Amino acid sequence: MNRKDLLGLKDVTADEITEILDTAVGFRAISERRIKKVPTLRGRTVVTFFMENSTRTRLSFDLAAKRLSADTLGFSASSSATKKGETLMDTARNIDAMKPDAIIIRHSAAGSPHMLAKAFPWSVLNAGDGINEHPSQALLDMLTMRDHLGDLSGKRVAIVGDVFHSRVARSNIFGLKTMGADVVVAGPGTMCPPQMAHLGVEVKHRIDEVVEGADVVMMLRIQRERLGAAMMSTVREYSRFYGLDLDRLRRASPDTLVMHPGPINRGVEMTPDVADGPQSVILEQVTNGVAVRMALLYLLLGGEPLGEDGA
Amino acid sequence: MGTTTPMTGVNVERSLDRLAHEIIEQLGNPGDWALVGIVTGGQHLSVRLADRIEAITGVRPAVGTVDITLYRDDLYTGLEKPLLGETKLPFQLSGLGIILVDDVLFTGRTVRAAMDAVMDYGRPRYIKLAVLVDRGHRELPVAADFVGRTVPTVLTDRVRVDLVETGKSADGVRVIPEGEQV
Repeated sequence: MNRKDLLGLKDVTADEITEILDTAVGFRAISERRIKKVPTLRGRTVVTFFMENSTRTRLSFDLAAKRLSADTLGFSASSSATKKGETLMDTARNIDAMKPDAIIIRHSAAGSPHMLAKAFPWSVLNAGDGINEHPSQALLDMLTMRDHLGDLSGKRVAIVGDVFHSRVARSNIFGLKTMGADVVVAGPGTMCPPQMAHLGVEVKHRIDEVVEGADVVMMLRIQRERLGAAMMSTVREYSRFYGLDLDRLRRASPDTLVMHPGPINRGVEMTPDVADGPQSVILEQVTNGVAVRMALLYLLLGGEPLGEDGA
Repeated sequence: MGTTTPMTGVNVERSLDRLAHEIIEQLGNPGDWALVGIVTGGQHLSVRLADRIEAITGVRPAVGTVDITLYRDDLYTGLEKPLLGETKLPFQLSGLGIILVDDVLFTGRTVRAAMDAVMDYGRPRYIKLAVLVDRGHRELPVAADFVGRTVPTVLTDRVRVDLVETGKSADGVRVIPEGEQV
């Protein structure tokens, strides 16, 4: 892989995805050791710049950078000067003046990582931009699927919920299509409009139709913070029609994987007996997240040439 | 001057025979130490040494591999990012002696990285180094404890160790001067 940034999976090739996932497998072993750290990115500075709330993704990137011996520092919405009215570009110029090597950015405005990637020399990793993409999440999802299913080509992945507003779903759709998988989405018309078919997916409106025959059922979180009142009548009704419970899961094969990008609204997207059941790989997703992010930092930062004296 | 072949198949075999005997003579019971091949050059050699040591003593030493990719000091100097190999140390390192095995000893940087990698897995009682070829031109204060053959080279020469395990038709060591085809 020879790129400066990872902004989305839309333009990432199958070879690149395979390289990232293969590299991540190698990195998984490091987290199993007593000394969970390698000196690979020693002296590099990685900034996590999160303008939207996040626990999992920020911790995961932070840990990935630390396990590669990079120095990390974090900006977040609540603590940064953006609250005082600074523009994104001004904040970025200030970060730039501190000479970082990579920035991991999450922002509510789609395209903000792309803007920074164009304007600055450091690597930009998109950790979620509005409703556009969340590539590292899709990569860790694909790694988890590959662990259980092998080659993803020809596999059937069902994505259920608010697909339209989900950057996780979009990145997964791009990545899975590239790897030759079939993707089918389901949700109410407000969350799964027929135009989604342009992304190369089948669009359904009943969860039972997509669970049957699926190798993977990926449940999306209902993003209460992103939804207006018009998207669904009530959470209870949504849960009745689109929640995954054991009865619905029985329509799939006993080997069908249940995934969720987290955080789960228990009892809304899925019942606890599904979330904690034998088909759930939700916590494997989290473990794989650290390995995938280590692989991304290694592949994006590891190859930059230094001066002759190594300075 | 063209490519030279300082070691042929039979030379490689005899060197490994001698190395096996020397290791047993110096370090004693194969239960007290393990052979760790540096990926990729030392991997097959460590297995061959283990076979010989088992044939001589009746005890097979533990065998592992160490991949140094993440410990290299030249990771930023090239554009190609090397693929990760596998580090496999399926034994408790504490109290055990470790013999690093590599095909060629050159600058000593690989050995430095391998030592750091092994230390991250535990605290071995000692680390020793066995190589098939010592070609000189050290850049770090590293010396091998067991050497198959010392081969004088020019700094710009390339040294290739061919092993049948890697699909080559015969074992051998070639020294290729700058500008010659590998």
